[in-house]
Amino acid sequence: MAFIPHTEADVAAMLATIGVARIENLFDEIPPDLRVKSLAGLPQELNEMEIGRLMTERARADGAPLTFIGAGAYEHHIPAAVWAITTRGEFYSAYTPYQAEASQGTLQLIYEFQTMIARLTGMEVANASMYDGASATAEAALMAVRANRKSKSARILVPTTLHPHYRKVAVTTAANQGLKFEELPYCTAEGVTPVASLARYDGQDITALVIQQPNFFGCLEDVDALTDWAHAHAILVIAVVNPTSLALLKPPGEWGARGADITVGEGQPLGVPLSSGGPYFGFMATRMDYVRQMPGRIVGRTLDVAGHAGFTLTLQAREQHIRRARATSNICTNQGLLVTAATIYMSLMGPQGLARTAAAAHARARELVAGLTRVPGVHLAFSSPYFHEAVLQLDRPVAPLLRSLASRGILGGLDLSGYFPELGHALLVCATETKTSADIDRYRAQLSELMQAARAA
Amino acid sequence: MPAPEQLIFEYSHAGRGAHDQWPHDPGAAALADLPAKLRRVRPPELPQVGELETVRHFTRLSQLNFSIDTHFYPLGSCTMKYNPKACNQYAMLPEFLARHPLGPESHGQGLLACLYELQEMLKEVTGMQGVALSPMAGAHGEFAGVAMIRAYHRARGDLKRNEIIVPEAAHGTNPATATMCGCVVREIPVDAHGDVDLAALAAALGPNTAGIMLTNPSTLGVFERHIGEVARIVHEAGGLLYYDGANLNAILGKVRPGDMGFDVIHMNLHKTFSTPHGGGGPGAGAVGVGARLAPFLPIPLVGKDGERYRWLTEADVPQSIGRLSAFMGNAGVLLRAYIYMRLLGREGMQRVGEYATLNANYLLARLKSAGFDAAYPQRRASHEFIVTLKRQARELNVTAMDFAKRLLDYGFHAPTTYFPLLVPECLLIEPTETESKDVLDAFVSAMSQIQKEAEQEPGRVTSAPHTMPVRRLDDVRAARQLDLTWKPTAPS
Repeated sequence: MAFIPHTEADVAAMLATIGVARIENLFDEIPPDLRVKSLAGLPQELNEMEIGRLMTERARADGAPLTFIGAGAYEHHIPAAVWAITTRGEFYSAYTPYQAEASQGTLQLIYEFQTMIARLTGMEVANASMYDGASATAEAALMAVRANRKSKSARILVPTTLHPHYRKVAVTTAANQGLKFEELPYCTAEGVTPVASLARYDGQDITALVIQQPNFFGCLEDVDALTDWAHAHAILVIAVVNPTSLALLKPPGEWGARGADITVGEGQPLGVPLSSGGPYFGFMATRMDYVRQMPGRIVGRTLDVAGHAGFTLTLQAREQHIRRARATSNICTNQGLLVTAATIYMSLMGPQGLARTAAAAHARARELVAGLTRVPGVHLAFSSPYFHEAVLQLDRPVAPLLRSLASRGILGGLDLSGYFPELGHALLVCATETKTSADIDRYRAQLSELMQAARAA
Repeated sequence: MPAPEQLIFEYSHAGRGAHDQWPHDPGAAALADLPAKLRRVRPPELPQVGELETVRHFTRLSQLNFSIDTHFYPLGSCTMKYNPKACNQYAMLPEFLARHPLGPESHGQGLLACLYELQEMLKEVTGMQGVALSPMAGAHGEFAGVAMIRAYHRARGDLKRNEIIVPEAAHGTNPATATMCGCVVREIPVDAHGDVDLAALAAALGPNTAGIMLTNPSTLGVFERHIGEVARIVHEAGGLLYYDGANLNAILGKVRPGDMGFDVIHMNLHKTFSTPHGGGGPGAGAVGVGARLAPFLPIPLVGKDGERYRWLTEADVPQSIGRLSAFMGNAGVLLRAYIYMRLLGREGMQRVGEYATLNANYLLARLKSAGFDAAYPQRRASHEFIVTLKRQARELNVTAMDFAKRLLDYGFHAPTTYFPLLVPECLLIEPTETESKDVLDAFVSAMSQIQKEAEQEPGRVTSAPHTMPVRRLDDVRAARQLDLTWKPTAPS
């Protein structure tokens, strides 16, 4: 199947119009020695029935385990309306809205999205989205270097409690432009970044401080004190936040006396399925003062020649198709389809529904922690308050336990020993509103049995 | 088209909501452990609307869009071909959607098998030795590619190679990417026939050359005939060749970038392999490399040990440029591309390039005989071609933008306008292989009709569109009086 509608008569008529005998002749400008000899390595075509069968088998092979992994991607209830509308062809198969008059649906939706993200984060302005939370964090660091004109160092302070993959993406993305990422230690008893540890940077030229809330461990950082310290030293604050949590937690725009300067995060919890890591979307918001330093698409409301309101891409002079080598970024994507899902999701949730979701998720996570820490040999790793995920410490290696749990259909969390060896046998667990007490009890009982057996062995 | 739609915020009423979608309230005690100083005081001002009015609002918004499913969308360099419904349906099977990115390989063999086979198929169809799937867009793939070129030179201790050469007709992402990778950009001209100016290239090459970024067929809609010579002199100068896959659809199944001498390529899976554009994303910008750059591929990759598939990470690829996304890039997009490639198979893949080229050359021939000027009339069209309206602009005061806007009234999305920058008043037209002759004929009729209007009633064209939800928008006002978020009008 190649989805080519031509009949033989069409082809004949078209070739006659062009004035060539065969389709092959249309490639006569290509040097013959470059022509493909064989594509024997490709499989034969399948029809739709055959591919349906194959994919169904493959999906089944992945199974449907009970999942207690979070670590930057969270399972939430997604109302049926979200993807029923998002996959409408008019959204699904449209291009970037360059022809504004023929793209008012996408453009207005992005304007509504920007408004919702600004309100959720407490910031003044948001863009139309980035690839994902990690790449948005990297772009925020690059943006901070442009925005902080008092700093010449391009030094970015990054807490060890930032998602370790985000730190790696930031290095891959920005190191070639001379940015230096310096790690801040965390307190192994509390699981957060001690404000006092920042004193060693007093008087140094630092461009920006990254603060993740909740941090990778699920712990809540002292965002006010961290923000105020940064601003007292002319350092910009980059907030990395979970959007669900913002229904309950202080928005970055209200951190400390002046609020964060740039806010980014992973948008996946807002109506986007886990789907093995993508497609997701990153969001980015900032102060109006920095809007021209922001990367990515931005939609504005304006008037048409008849004086009626309409929407269009704006501030394009920042972007690669105009400014080329001097653009703020090479990005020309916004994750339009995911933004569509998120905007519908946020509309259906509203302030109350999102707060309810955050509270229900948090309540389940506390129930999970309470249940699992009843198992002998399991205790909570950190003393700080957490939001909907937490680190447990076990009295034996985590990996074999997770393997055994997986064979019983439970994905018990993320083994942290490779990421944070200093924490010993540490396990990051998460529960959201999708889990029931029975699910949690099943996990507790299985873990208890496995640990007892391991102890006896 | 339907009438404009008010903003979702204007439907909002305090206390309204899609209550049936909300979880049960766990009660205030469930939040007692969250310290007051870290709590939000005022709830976020999201809209408070019911489910039906939400569904209606966003359905109405969708109806204000042109899309492939509703309109011919001949946007040059964007490959707006049909996105088969099967690709969406089978990528959205519940197990795929529910799979956590950090879930164990034991619960991901189905996904990993698809991704591994996708890597293999992309290698075969491009003639490259290794493929990485994690870049999340074309520009992201470009970034990975240029970062690999830098890493390669660095690993050889060749530290001064930091110049990237791009032809002046290149996509803006090429120079922007080079800058993001810490490189210096050198632009070179193309000759009168649309080929790279070999003398200018030779003069630009030297001990600082990291590489050259080329699109072939180029953004001028013609095949770069000197590609063999370009590859030879760039390699002799110690540089590498980067292939921008924006126009891969033109040569799919006919010529492979690896055989042309390219060391690294990115593929826009959302163009050539028909994953949706989604109003701006998500895309997927898989990269392919020759043997020299394989050690530097971004992670994670998918490997196969015996019958088991597994992720390859730092330990397997120690010289990797690193990680580009939090997890595995746009896995769901990759599944759609996989399904598309399996549906087409070997035979279908070869027909894509042929029929994309047939459609473009037919449309060009018809437009030429209808009196329009091709930018490169002596050349074959690739999968796309350029019509220049500089004569109409000079004689009738009707520009390429006017034609583009008037086409909307005729029910056609406009071609790409004013790109590439070096052809004045240009329309870059790419019909793709999935359009029928009837649609192409109707497009020619519309263009001829607009030409007639431009001659007899130019105001009709210069004030278009007339049938869209809005008329032409004031872009200057949009940029000067920034209105980027909605604020309720204060009661006066």
